[in-house]
Order: sequence, then structure tokens, then C-alpha cells
Amino acid sequence: MLSDLFPPAGTPQPEDGSRRSFMKQAGGILGLALAPPLVSQAERLTAYSKVIQGATDITLRVNGQAHTVRIEPRVTLLDALRERLDLTGTKKGCDHGQCGACTVHVNGRRTLACLTLAVMAQGKEITTIEGLAKGDQLHPMQAAFLKHDGLQCGYCTPGQIMSGVACVQEGHATTDAQAREWMSGNLCRCGAYPNILAAVREVATQQSKG
Amino acid sequence: MNDFSYTQAATAKEATTLRKDTPTAAYIAGGTTLLDLMKAHLQEHPQLIDINALPFRGIEQTKDGLRIGALETMSDVGEHPLVLQQFPAVSQSLLLAASPQLRNMATVGGNLLQRTRCGYFRDPAFPCNKRVPGSGCPAQDGDNHNLAILGVSESCIANSYPGDFSVALAAFDAVLTLEKGKGKQRHVPLTDFYRLPDSTPHIETVLEPGELIVAITLPTAVPAQRSTYLKVRERSSYAYALTSAAVGLDVQAGTIRAARVALGGVGAQPWRSREAERTLVGQPATDATFRAAAAAALQGAQPREHNRYKVELAQNTLVRALQQVAAG
Repeated sequence: MLSDLFPPAGTPQPEDGSRRSFMKQAGGILGLALAPPLVSQAERLTAYSKVIQGATDITLRVNGQAHTVRIEPRVTLLDALRERLDLTGTKKGCDHGQCGACTVHVNGRRTLACLTLAVMAQGKEITTIEGLAKGDQLHPMQAAFLKHDGLQCGYCTPGQIMSGVACVQEGHATTDAQAREWMSGNLCRCGAYPNILAAVREVATQQSKG
Repeated sequence: MNDFSYTQAATAKEATTLRKDTPTAAYIAGGTTLLDLMKAHLQEHPQLIDINALPFRGIEQTKDGLRIGALETMSDVGEHPLVLQQFPAVSQSLLLAASPQLRNMATVGGNLLQRTRCGYFRDPAFPCNKRVPGSGCPAQDGDNHNLAILGVSESCIANSYPGDFSVALAAFDAVLTLEKGKGKQRHVPLTDFYRLPDSTPHIETVLEPGELIVAITLPTAVPAQRSTYLKVRERSSYAYALTSAAVGLDVQAGTIRAARVALGGVGAQPWRSREAERTLVGQPATDATFRAAAAAALQGAQPREHNRYKVELAQNTLVRALQQVAAG
């Protein structure tokens, strides 16, 4: 049974060249051993690596567009999206990585925005629920959620849809049992699970035919 | 979260030097445990040192087994063909843990350092010897239904590592490569990495201040190839184990030639049971043998009021896992 839920799927590796090159730029100078012993710590840190302290301008690439936001290092990607970029489609549920309401895609992989620091999302491609539709044309997963009534209150829905899109792309929605297992990180307190499952499975079936 | 400064380290030397300059700083990789704890004010750090640019990556075949970089994610390791083929139980331990989103974020090195889910540790309103040494352990006579029964002490009965991956690593003789900077590395078997609580439950591993986990090495072995990870929990997905078993068997002509057994959910640390392995080796692969091994594994159990059920549940978990592996 396990092998049905966890087939040896060929998960594509993420495109992370952008992140690595960003890291290299930020890498700094290896002058530590030569640092004078009495120089203050703050100066020494800036001497060999990039330090972000207090409110700082950073650039985030969200839904194909670059945005500059001024944030402290403690600001999560979730709060940066909602409070600074006005992208309130991504929801804050538990804020502790337990509910999945904040699910976004980072470099194509589903990720929890509440446990991601915005400073660590620089140089990565972020997709939110607002980035799925093409103009007025809904993404097939959005259309399937409407068709199957995959929601009641709707609060978990953006996270469910983002997770569903990734689940199908990963090849983890080939059976009902497998889709249930691989959607288990998204909780729905209204209990719309049967309809959410129907929506995810329909898109998976469409895409395997198409 | 209280504010902190953030620094990216480009090299291990840079990371360890930054950590030395600010001993209360913390390394961050996936961040799934650390940020959760910092939001709950269970850990506070004035500085986070991002180690994601360090070269602790790759899943490679070596002449003795597999070498897994500590910064690889749970998803990538769990679904890697080499891991699936040579260490199915390790793959299962990763893919049965957390959620797909968390597995995409969390690194395997960070996974080893997750903290207990004991409710008294997680709630600052309560005393907890792990959080505030010497303050007491209300779990002893409190809500201890999900806590440990092996290796516990009067100071702490938490399953210090609540996850799955380290349980599989304990069974299959994983060795950790650790580094304190200056390129100096040392190797520690996973079974020596965690410390039992005794009177110092706040000291959870043998990691020295500022030391980094570089890689995990898994030696090739027949029982590792014929292995499984069985996890029992309160709901069928996305929950911590009540009990679990990582087992591997080499059975030839009905006789067990080699066995590996580790239990999760029951130990103060991932619980390798050499008693169970000794009971299995040389014996026929039958239910009677499996039952005897399970009894041996749980012999030293010290259950409390609400976790007594784990003594029987852990034995049944182990027996079923052995049956599954023996059946191929």
C-alpha cells in the first residue's frame, strides 16, 4: 500500500540557479582572519558577509514582477505578501506551519509562507494565488474548485488550490488515496475534503489525458 | 517574533566564526522548526546565520554506501532513487513525516535537531527541565499520553526527538559528519548523537557549540535494502508517531541472518534495540520469533499513567513491521 502512495516519482529538481548566484553575490570577502582584533563586531560582520539589520529594502519577485519592500529580517514571506504587497489572497491560519493556508510556490515548489523569512525569499520566483489566473481565464484548478464546490467558508481555499496545483504537477494525484495523502498538509475545518479531492483528481485526470 | 539580525554565510568557516562571535546566534537552513520555536518565544536569538549557501549538498553513491548532504530537503532525499532502492525504510520515514510543503522546506540536517512536542515544553506557563533547567517536570504525573517510556528519567520523559527520519537512521547505522569550522570534521554514529535526559534534559545532542551537521552517511547492508518503516498515529497522515518501527531483515532459507531494529515514539531518543536484533538473529522468521524480539525491545519500559498503552502498541508495531519485511 505504501508503494501506491509513494511511487518513485521522478520529481523535477527546482530551478535554483538564481538563488545560488544570489548567494554568491552576497557571499562577501573572506578577510576574517585578517580582521583587526579591536574592531567592533558590527564592522567585522559587514567586512565579510551581508548583514541585514532593522528595516531594509529588499526585492521580491512575485507572480513575475519585481517588488521592493522595506522589511525587518523577522518579517515572514506571508506578512510581506499580505501587509506590504497587498496580496491578501494568501491566508494566515495558524502561522506555525500546521494548517497550509499560507501555501505558495517558491521556485515551483509548494512552500509555507508563514515559516519562510522574506529576506530568504530574495532571488526566488514566488507564485501566489493571485498569479494563477491568466487575466479572466481561471487556472484549471480554480475552475475545478468552483465546479465541485470545493469550499464552504473559503479561508483555506487559496492554500488548497496552490497545494493542489503542485500536487498534480508532482504526479502525486494519480489515485484518490494518493491525492488524499499528498494533500494532507492543507486542513479544512469546514470539512469540504470530498469536494476538494474531486477537484484535484479531475484536474489530474484532465492533465494526464491532455 | 522578536527582531534579529540576519546574515548569510558563504562558507562553513564564515558561519562558525559568526556563531563564535555571537554564541546566542542560531543557524537557519529550512527554518521550519526554528521559526516556529521563535514565534512561540521558546527560543530567542539576536542573530540568524543562514547556512543555505554552504556546500553541504548532494546525494551520492560512495564505495560503502550513500552520502547525503545535510542541506538536502526531506522531499529530495525521500524521493531519491538511490535512497528508495537501498534504504526503503529511510525513504518511508521521510515521506510519512510532516506535510509535502514542510518536506519541501525542511533539510535533513535540521530534521535531526527538531525539538520535542511535549506540551509542557511548548507552553512557557509550565515548568520544564528541558526549557528551564531545574524547574521541574509536570509531565511525569500530567498529560503524558504521547511521551516516552524508554530511556526516560525523573527529570524528563519527553521523546526528545519526536520525528521519524532519525529512527530509520538509528536502525541502519548512519554516521554523521560534523564540522566546527577550520575544515576540521569528526564522525559520530547517529546512535551516539543524542543524549539521554538523565539529570540534564536540556542538553539533547553531542553537538558542540557552533558545530554544524555536514552530511549523513548510510552504509550499504542487506537488511537495509529489505526494510520498512511502520508508523502508527492518531490520524492517518500529517501527525507525529505514537509508535513506529524501522526494521530490516536478511532472511535466508527461513532463517534470520541479520536484523536491524529501531523504535520511534517510545524512546527519550531514537531507540535502536540491539536486544531485539540479538533475539532475531539465527532464529526462524516466524511470528513467535518476532513476538520474542518485541518483548525484548520493550523489556525496560517505564510507562506512566497515560502512556501505558505504548508498551503493547510498540510491540505490535514491531511485530507487524517484521512480518511485512519477512513477507517481502
